[in-house]
Amino acid sequence: MKVEQISIFIENKSGRLADVTQTLGDSGINIRALSLADTSDFGILRLIVDKSNQAEKTLKEHGFTVSKTEVIAVEVPDRPAGMASILKILDSGQVNVEYMYAFVERCGGNAVIIFRFDDPEAAIEVLTRNGVHVLEGKQVYNM
Amino acid sequence: MSRAALEQLQLLRLQQTVERVQQKVPCYQEKFARAQIKPGDIQSLDDLRRLPFTTKEDLRQNYPYGMFAVPMRDVVRIHSSSGTTGKPTVVGYTRNDIRMWTQMVARFMTAAGVDINDIVHITFGYGLFTGAFGLHYGGEEIGSSVIPISSGNTDKQIMIMQDYRSTALVCTPSYALTIADRMEQKGISPKSLALKYGLFGGEPWSDEMRREIEQRLGLLATDNYGLSEVMGPGIAGECQFQQGMHLFEDHFIPEIIDPDTEEVLPPGAVGELVLSSISKEAFPILRYRTRDITRLDYTPCACGRTHVRMMKTMGRSDDMLIIKGVNVFPTQIEEVLFQAEGCEPHYQLIVDREGSMDTLEIQVEVNECIFFDEMRKQREFVDQLQKKIMSVLGVGAKVKLVEPSSITRHEGKAQRVIDRRKR
Repeated sequence: MKVEQISIFIENKSGRLADVTQTLGDSGINIRALSLADTSDFGILRLIVDKSNQAEKTLKEHGFTVSKTEVIAVEVPDRPAGMASILKILDSGQVNVEYMYAFVERCGGNAVIIFRFDDPEAAIEVLTRNGVHVLEGKQVYNM
Repeated sequence: MSRAALEQLQLLRLQQTVERVQQKVPCYQEKFARAQIKPGDIQSLDDLRRLPFTTKEDLRQNYPYGMFAVPMRDVVRIHSSSGTTGKPTVVGYTRNDIRMWTQMVARFMTAAGVDINDIVHITFGYGLFTGAFGLHYGGEEIGSSVIPISSGNTDKQIMIMQDYRSTALVCTPSYALTIADRMEQKGISPKSLALKYGLFGGEPWSDEMRREIEQRLGLLATDNYGLSEVMGPGIAGECQFQQGMHLFEDHFIPEIIDPDTEEVLPPGAVGELVLSSISKEAFPILRYRTRDITRLDYTPCACGRTHVRMMKTMGRSDDMLIIKGVNVFPTQIEEVLFQAEGCEPHYQLIVDREGSMDTLEIQVEVNECIFFDEMRKQREFVDQLQKKIMSVLGVGAKVKLVEPSSITRHEGKAQRVIDRRKR
C-alpha cells in the first residue's frame, strides 16, 4: 500500500534543480510526481519516479544527499469538496498529515494525492475502512 | 620528584643550554645581543622570560642546519617537519638525544598502559616525520613487540591487527575513525581484535571524538603531544586517568603566553604554549612559539605523577577568531557539530562584517545523518544547532546547510575559516 519517495537536499542556488532532473533524465528515469519545499537557504525536493532504487543510486553517485521515505497515494474524487471529504476522514481518525502534493495523472477519473503521515499504518486503516482507495506502489510508478 | 628539586634541575639545565647556544648557534648569538642578555643573566627560572622567542620563521631562515649546536659528525639522525608552507624545518639528534627521546616516549607509552606484553601497531608513516620512529623506539625500550606497519592500506591494517593480535594502536585520532568505519563497512566486530590501548597524537581532537573511538574500537584512548621542532612525540602524554597530558618538565620548560602581547600568563590561564628544551644537544631550542593554544594544570594528578598536565590543544593561536570581542576556536564549533551529527562534520566558518558588527556563518555540509525528509525536522535541526553554538561560544552564528562536497578541500584538508573582515 506504500509508495517509495525519493527526497533530495538542494541548496538554494541557480541550476541545482536542473542538475537533479538532468541526472535522472540521463539515466532514463521518469519523474511521476514532484514537490519542492523551500527556505531561503535550501530546499527539499521530493519525487516519485518509475525506478526509485536506480534513481537513489544514480543521485548518490552524483554526490547528492538522498533519503528514501514511504508515502501513500490516495484516490480523491475530482469534484468540489472531494479533498475535504478525505481530510475529514483523516481528521476523524486523528491522523496527522506531514505534507501532501498532487499527482500529475488521474486514475479512473479520480485525482491522486500523495500523503506523508506521521502514522502511515493508522492512515491506511482509517482510509480503507471509510471506502477510500489507496493505490499500490506498482500502480503509481507505472501510471 | 618535588617541585623544588625539579626547579633546581630545570635551572641548571636551562643555564647549560643557554650557555651552549650562545657559543654554538649564530642565530641565538644575534638574538641575545639584540635583547642585551648574556648567559650569566639567567639566575632563576623567572629569568627565562627575559630570553627572546624562537619562531618557525627563525628555523626557516636557518634552513637546513643553521640551528644545530653540534658538528654533523655528532648527529646520528635527521628528521624534518611537514612544511605546509615553503621549506620544511630540519632537526637533528645526537646519540644522547635519541636516548633521551626514546625514554620520554617510553614514559608516556607506559603511562598510557603499554607494557612488555603489548603488541604495538604503528600506523604512522616511517620517514622524515618524527611520529613513527619516536613511538617505535619508545615501544622497543619498554620491551613491547613493535609492528612497524607504517601508513596506508586500511584493509591490511585491520587484517594484521586481527591476525597478529595487536594490543596498542598508534595513529592519528582521525585515522582511528577511518579504521572503525572500514571495519563497520566490512562487518568486522571490534571484539575480533585484541586492542586495549589507543595512543593518539599528531592532530587536535575533541573529547567527543575520544569517546566515539573508545566505544567503536573497544580501547582506552590517550592523547600525546609533540612537535618535531622541539623533539617529536614524547613531550607530553596522558596517563590512564585521561585528565590532560603530563608534560615532561625535566627536559622541557613550558610557558603559557598571550599570543598578542607575548606576556607570560599566570598558571591555569589559556594561551599559547611556549617550549624550551633544556637537555637536547644537537638542536636545542629556547622559548619556541608552538602556536598551540592550551592550558597547564599544576594540581596533583590522581595517578601520582608530579609533572604538570597540559590540556588538549584547543586550536592554534593563528586560527583563533575574535568575533564580537569573543575568542572563538574552530574546534569548539567542531565539537558541537560532531555531537549533533554523530559523525565527522564537514564545515567552514565564514566571518564577515556588516556595518560594525561581526557576523559568523557556519556552513555545514549535509549528509544522510542530518538530512530529514520533513522540513519541520530539518529546520528544528538548524535551530537547535544555532542555540547550542550560541551557548558554547557565547556569540551567535547562522548555520547554513550546504550540499555535500561544496566546501573546497585542499589535499583532503578543508579550509576551516574564511575571514572576510578588513584588517
